[in-house]
Amino acid sequence: MPQILVENLVKTFRVAERRPGLWGAVLGLAARKQRSVEALAGVSFAIEPGELVGYIGPNGAGKSTTIKVLSGILVPDSGRCEVLGRVPWEERRAHVAHLGVVFGQRTQLWWDLPAGESFELLRDVYRVPAADFARRLDELVALLDLAPMLRTPVRQLSLGQRMRCDLAASLLHAPPILFLDEPTIGLDASSKLAMRDFVKRLNRERGVTVLLTTHDLDDIEALCRRVIVLGGGRVLLDGTLESLRASVTPERWLTVDLADGSAPIDDPDARVVSREGDRVRLAFDPGRVAPAALIARIAAKHVVHDLFVENPPIETVVAKLYESRSQ
Amino acid sequence: MTPYAAVVSARFRMLLQYRAAALAGIVTQTFFGFTRLMILTAFFAATTRPQAMAPADIPAYVWFGQALFQMVPWTLDREIAAQIRSGDVIYELLRPVDLYASWFSRAFALRTAPVLLRALPMVLIAALAFGVGPPPSVGSAVAFAASVTSALFLSCALTVLVSVSMLRTVSGEGAAQTLLLLVWVFSGLVIPLPFFPEWMQTFIRWCPFSGLLDVPLRIYTGNIPAADASWFVARQLGWTVVLVVLGRVALKRGVRRMVVLGG
Repeated sequence: MPQILVENLVKTFRVAERRPGLWGAVLGLAARKQRSVEALAGVSFAIEPGELVGYIGPNGAGKSTTIKVLSGILVPDSGRCEVLGRVPWEERRAHVAHLGVVFGQRTQLWWDLPAGESFELLRDVYRVPAADFARRLDELVALLDLAPMLRTPVRQLSLGQRMRCDLAASLLHAPPILFLDEPTIGLDASSKLAMRDFVKRLNRERGVTVLLTTHDLDDIEALCRRVIVLGGGRVLLDGTLESLRASVTPERWLTVDLADGSAPIDDPDARVVSREGDRVRLAFDPGRVAPAALIARIAAKHVVHDLFVENPPIETVVAKLYESRSQ
Repeated sequence: MTPYAAVVSARFRMLLQYRAAALAGIVTQTFFGFTRLMILTAFFAATTRPQAMAPADIPAYVWFGQALFQMVPWTLDREIAAQIRSGDVIYELLRPVDLYASWFSRAFALRTAPVLLRALPMVLIAALAFGVGPPPSVGSAVAFAASVTSALFLSCALTVLVSVSMLRTVSGEGAAQTLLLLVWVFSGLVIPLPFFPEWMQTFIRWCPFSGLLDVPLRIYTGNIPAADASWFVARQLGWTVVLVVLGRVALKRGVRRMVVLGG
């Protein structure tokens, strides 16, 4: 039986709309216009124990809403949802005791207390036996390199340090399920790598089920075999990362910094996506032309200062997916 | 430690670390203590009619009022207000604890820690400069202890209710501030409640606010005799129960319809 089961989840928010200008503000005092926003329009999926699933989609697609429903914070309008056999919002306390959640843009640590004291508070809040707590904290301190931060007030930590502490805080009660909502947002490259490495080990070695929402496709590529793509409150695709790319576009991007950015590029296998100053972005299909061959051809015709090959950003892939599905 | 004791203890330690605030608080509270005392002294010098309170009771009422000043819920729980505005309150819902009890515990620390830091100088001023002694009888002393304890719980219940009201609107501080203004006036922080006109006394008696400060102070001075005190304490406890029930119902509804935007 799946550990996380979601069937036909629907959630609509009512949003007050303000009319523009001063007169609009005055009118708004008397009568508010309301608009319905369908955050989830029938989302279904199932996740087995030990899976590491990427949950992606553009802003407003309903990712965070799903996480909040799964965490028992939001009550959906309709649909079924069970996590470890419990309906999250009906048995909130029992449910959250088996759950770790990290919201990348928020912190669960007490701002004015050292991180270590927040951890001790969480030990008592989750009723973790002292011996288990000491052992887990030692492990987390070693794995996430937290030792220098334990005695520092959280407000003095850098974002990367704070996120590591937040991650540790969500794992002190050894939850079998971890929700990560944009855990790498705003982190520098090395912090991102450390974070990914840790999550991967947690999943492989401890069998912790991880549901990860992110805008960073590199997160997904580094971690997840399975992705669920959300758009407009619906599941657009549920499958492997390869199937996502293949179903949308096989394209990759070649970005080149040229001596003359306005130079026309006419290559049968490359298409210009954008130009910013001297930086030109080309799309190509690695199935038709080898990247090395394309680079050689471009470099033969133009003065190239710098270049790199990358995957189109998730927004582009999902936008294409969204276009193709809505046609 | 139970989760709730842990919350009290963590919040307590945090509040105790603001030494500068405590020092500033002692200075302001001393200043306002003298100001209130001078105003009331001038008032007694100008009046010839017998008043609802004896002039001899005034120093104890003023200085113990200053000592317990931070116990009166005339401010928001700023941390919860900030959490609600930023959406970090979401993490509170992710804890396997009773949210009301957890917020009540926070309020308990908020209303006791500053008092412990600041009360002693006020009591010393009262005793050394104004010769304020213990309550008139052992009965009054016991009743005072019961009444201060009840006032503390009443204050916590009101603090949580105000916090919960902020869940309902994005910046619910407007409604909250109104309530806090009532607290300010009708708890006895400005002038002792017996000095309010006769027609207001019924209103004052049936509001919960007098139980926050005025009742324990008047029991201390003997203005409320020990024999009558149990009725006043019962009313404090009654209001505490009412506010706790109200707070629980409002919190349950507030959480159900809460919308945590973005993120």
